[in-house]
Amino acid sequence: MTATTVDSPSPEARTASGGGRDNRIRRKLRVPMLIGRRLVGALISLLTVLVFNFFLFNVLSSDPIKALVRNRHLDAAAQAHLRHEFGYDQSLWRQFVAYMQQLLLHHNLGISTTYTQPVWSVISTRIWPTVLLVGVSTLLSSLIGTWIGIKGAWERNGRFDKISNGVSVTLYSMPEFWLGIVLLLFLAGNQVGLGVFPLGGMNDVDVDVSSPSGWVNVAWHLTLPCLTLTLAYLAQYSLVMRSSMLDEMGQDYVRTARAKGLRDLAVRRSHVVPNALLPAVTQIFLYFGFVISGALTVEYVFSWPGLGLLTEDAISGADFPLLRGLFLLFTASVIVCNLLADVMLGVLDPRVREL
Amino acid sequence: MTMGQAPPAVTTSHAAAPGGSVVWRRRRASIKRTWLELWAQPQGKAGVIVLGLAILVAIFAPVILGQGVLSIVHAPGRQFEPPSLTYPLGTDEYGRSVLDLLAWGSRTSLLVGFCAAIIAMVIGTVVGVVSGHYGGWVDTIAMRFDDWMLVIPFLPLVIVLNVLLGRGVDKTILVLGITSWPGTARILRAQVLSVKARPYMERARALGASNRHQMVKHTLPNIMPLVLANTTITIAGAILSESTLSFLGLGDPSLTAASWGTMLDGAFSEGAVSRGAWGYLLAPGIAIVLVVLAFTWCGNALEKVLNPRLQQE
Repeated sequence: MTATTVDSPSPEARTASGGGRDNRIRRKLRVPMLIGRRLVGALISLLTVLVFNFFLFNVLSSDPIKALVRNRHLDAAAQAHLRHEFGYDQSLWRQFVAYMQQLLLHHNLGISTTYTQPVWSVISTRIWPTVLLVGVSTLLSSLIGTWIGIKGAWERNGRFDKISNGVSVTLYSMPEFWLGIVLLLFLAGNQVGLGVFPLGGMNDVDVDVSSPSGWVNVAWHLTLPCLTLTLAYLAQYSLVMRSSMLDEMGQDYVRTARAKGLRDLAVRRSHVVPNALLPAVTQIFLYFGFVISGALTVEYVFSWPGLGLLTEDAISGADFPLLRGLFLLFTASVIVCNLLADVMLGVLDPRVREL
Repeated sequence: MTMGQAPPAVTTSHAAAPGGSVVWRRRRASIKRTWLELWAQPQGKAGVIVLGLAILVAIFAPVILGQGVLSIVHAPGRQFEPPSLTYPLGTDEYGRSVLDLLAWGSRTSLLVGFCAAIIAMVIGTVVGVVSGHYGGWVDTIAMRFDDWMLVIPFLPLVIVLNVLLGRGVDKTILVLGITSWPGTARILRAQVLSVKARPYMERARALGASNRHQMVKHTLPNIMPLVLANTTITIAGAILSESTLSFLGLGDPSLTAASWGTMLDGAFSEGAVSRGAWGYLLAPGIAIVLVVLAFTWCGNALEKVLNPRLQQE
C-alpha cells in the first residue's frame, strides 16, 4: 500500500523493473516505518500509564484526604471541605475526566500539599540536578564498564576477568544507598573518615553557582554521589559488553580476520569491538529506568537537590499530588528512553529492521 | 556413602504405591543428584552455608535473645557507642546493641524476600505457562501486559504502591510480589515454547491429554529447574528492594518487624554518619550484601547444574 503511493510519482521507474524498485523502496521505508511503529507503541504506553496513574491515586488509595491529615487534628467539616477542594467527592468518572483535562489541556499536575505550589513548578526546578548526576555517572559507568567488558572477554577467565567479575557481582549485590553511606562515612565524615568531601548538598551556601569557582564547587559536591552511582551500575555495562563480546568472538569473520594474519589488537579493535558495541550501546538507554531508581536513594543519602530527594520529601509528607507527578515523569522518561533505544538499534543495525 | 542409602528407599516405595512411586523415586534421585552437584561447586557450597547460617539466626533470634533487647525504653547502652566487648558492633540511637538488632533484622529481611519471591514466582509461572501453552490472543495480551510492566520503572512503582497501601511487612510483601514477576514470566514462556515443540508433548496431545494435564504433568516439571534458579535471584532482588523501601522510610514501624533496611534508615536519619558510628552503619549493609550474594551464588550454581550447556564452558 505505502510502497505504491510512493511509487506513483516516478512512472519510468516502474517500467524499468517493477519488483526490484519495489523492494528498494520498501527497504528505504523500513526505518521510517520502524520509527513510526515504535512511536505509536510508545504513545499507547504513555496513555496507559496516564490511566494507570489515575487508577493508582484515585481508586487504589481509598481516602487520600485521610492520609493527608493523618497526624493533624482536623474536624469533619474541614476534611469534607478539603475533599471537595481536591475533587475527591465526585464520581470516579468525573474525577477521571477532570484529571485528563487538567493534564492534557492545561498541563496541570495539581498542587503539591507540602510545597503549596503547582506540582510542575516544584518538579521543574529539580530536574537539572538529577540530569547532571545521572548523565555524568551514566557516561562514566558506561565507558568504564564497556572497557572492562572488552578486556575481560578478550582475556576470558584470566586474572583481570575473574577479579572484575567478582567485584562487579559484589557491587551489584549492594543497595546503592549503602554504598553511598560507606563512601560518605569514610571520605566525607570526619569521625572515622578523611573528611575531604562535603557531607551533602549541591554547593556551599556562600558560593555563586554561575561563576567558574561555583562550577568547581558543584563538581566537588558531585564527586561522591557520582562515584556511588558509577560504581553501582558498572556491572550492568561490563557484563552486557562482556557477553556481547563473547558472542562476537565465536563468529566466523573473527576466524577469517585471524587467518588473514591480523594482529591481535587489530582483530579486537576493528573487527570484534564495533560489532559487539551495538547491543551494548542501546543497553545504556534501556538501563535508564534502573539508574533513576538508583538516583532516588543516592540523592537522598547525599542531599542532592534533585528528583530523588523530592521523592523522599513526597513520601515523608504523604504528598500524593507530588508523588503522582514524579511517578508520571519517571515513567514517561523511561518510555522515551526505551523508544530511543529501539529506534537507535533499528537505524544502526540492519538486522533488526526486518522484524 | 550416598549410594549405600539408596536401595532401602527403593524397596519401601515400591511396596507402598506401585503406580506413582517410580516417578517419585526418579524425582527424589534427581533432587539428590542436583543437591550433590550444587554442593560440589565452590559457589554453591558458599551460598548454601551463608544462607543456612542466616536462616538459623532468623529462626532462633527470638528464642535466644528474646524481645527485651528490642526495647527502646530499657536500652542498656548509651547512644551510638563504638564497638566494644559488651557491644561487638556498637549501639544504635537508643543505646540498643546493634548485634542483637542485626539478628532480629534478619527475620524481616528474609521473610519479605522469601514471601515476595514466592508470590512473584507463582504469578510468573502461571502467566508464563498459560501464555506459552495456549499461544494466540491469550499470549498476545499477556505479553503486551508483561512488556508494559517491564517499562514502568520498578522502584518508583513500588514506592507509590507502598505509600498508597500503607507501611507494614505484609504490604511490602504484597507490593514486591505483584511487581517482581514480569521478567520471570517472559523467561518461562520461552522455555514453555521450546518444551511444547518436543515429541512427547505431541504424544500427550495425540493421546487426548487435556490442556491442564499437559501443563501440570508435562510442562511444569520440565520448567521447574528454571523456576527454582529464578526464585533465588528473585529473592535476592526482593531483599534489596525491601531494604531500599525501608531506607526511604516505608518500613514496618513496629519494633519486632525491624529489618536491615529499617536499621540503616534509623542509623542514617539519626546522624550516625556524622557521629562516626561505623559499626551501626556497616553491619546491616554487609549482612544484606552477604545474603544477596549467597542467593546469587546459589542461583548461578543451580543454573550451572541444571543447564548442561553452561557446564561445558
